[in-house]
Amino acid sequence: MSDRLYVATRKGVFTIARRKGRPRARWAITRADFLADNASIVLPDRREGAVYVALGHGHFGVKLHRSRDGGRKWEPCATPAYPPKPEGIEDREPNSGKPIPWSTELVWALEAGHDSEPGTLWCGTLPGGLFRSRDRGSSWQLVESLWRHPKRREWFGGGAELPGLHSICVDPRDARHVTVAVSCGGVWLTRDGGTSWECRAQGMRAAYMPAERQYDPHVQDPHHLVQCRAEPDALWVQHHNGVFRSTDGAASWEEIPTVKPAVFGFAVAVHPEDAGTAWFVPGVSDEQRIPVKGRVVVARTRNGGSSFQVLTKGLPQEHAYDLTYRHALDVDETGDRLAFGTTTGALWVSENQGDSWETISEHLPPVYCVRFA
Amino acid sequence: MPRVTFTQNIQRHVPCPPTEADGGTVREVLERVFAANPRARDYVLDDQGAVRRHMVVFVNGRQIRDRTHLSDAVPSNGEVCVMQALSGG
Repeated sequence: MSDRLYVATRKGVFTIARRKGRPRARWAITRADFLADNASIVLPDRREGAVYVALGHGHFGVKLHRSRDGGRKWEPCATPAYPPKPEGIEDREPNSGKPIPWSTELVWALEAGHDSEPGTLWCGTLPGGLFRSRDRGSSWQLVESLWRHPKRREWFGGGAELPGLHSICVDPRDARHVTVAVSCGGVWLTRDGGTSWECRAQGMRAAYMPAERQYDPHVQDPHHLVQCRAEPDALWVQHHNGVFRSTDGAASWEEIPTVKPAVFGFAVAVHPEDAGTAWFVPGVSDEQRIPVKGRVVVARTRNGGSSFQVLTKGLPQEHAYDLTYRHALDVDETGDRLAFGTTTGALWVSENQGDSWETISEHLPPVYCVRFA
Repeated sequence: MPRVTFTQNIQRHVPCPPTEADGGTVREVLERVFAANPRARDYVLDDQGAVRRHMVVFVNGRQIRDRTHLSDAVPSNGEVCVMQALSGG
């Protein structure tokens, strides 16, 4: 059961702690770090108690910082950097035709490695490079096999002008088995620690493509990918135009059209022990990125997507226009506690799998990432 | 010897005091500064060694032309200013 949350926002990183009290415990902001700086993601590494933060300075570029004591003291660490771009290479974003910068524009995924590799971290970036550190972020290596894969050149921007790798799932059974998701470029899997990769988005549908390309695995826009800890062959994706589920380790995907009140959104969380239980924060559609009827709700399924409950208790139900980004919904390691934050600076926590929600703040900067320690 | 100064706003992240550094081009001058202050390099240059998109470099008040290779000449008594572009917000 986690009593601490880290929240990365447009203007700083906040620590939220659960405090015992009467008549009940309450969650409150206990620290604010990197105030006024743009924090794209935060990673509390449950293996060692370290915390990592990625900052994106508008002028000075992306920087990573780490804390070894839960956030009291911070130190700069290395930022993933691309190798020199070979002379004469043609590498352009397919839609705009603009050159792909071989430079880290945004840290969009940061994950702890397998429990058997305590110093290992994985990092996903715009413009699409995947990096690995084996020394707690003191140095990073580009996973060249994926970056130099011929199909990587076909990745295109979704939402951003550049493609980006935003989801990384390390299989709890095997450190070499890693699944990642790319906007836009589908879901990719390695079983040999990153030596070789294959695209695994069979069954996903891209409504934004012409009919003959809609089921092409390489054009899919998974907004977020999550994996069930106890049943790692079970994966969920909140996709640009729907929700998809795999029960066979991403070999195939099934569309889940029953999400209420809408199938659009960015965030998804799966119960760590029950692969059939998952949560979403829907919006109207890609063209209308606001809650349906101005009501903030969480959609929960307990049966693998056959049906959904719309959870509203404690959430604003009129004239609320909060949007929840892909990393801004999290579930703790027990599956009981959830938290999510929004673009309008609201943050809610639930201690009963979403049945009811407590407001922690409605005045934070825009929230990018919410993670339980 | 050329003199190098940095925008005040960078100081919050990494101290960059005014300094003097030898060199005939912007690249040579800045690389000498960064050799002595390695953390500052990534704040000014991107992964390919080009000037970051929202940074600007002036030599004696004139913006440099070669943002990729930093080949613009620096006179021996030149003033190199590393500033922020307003495009970065």
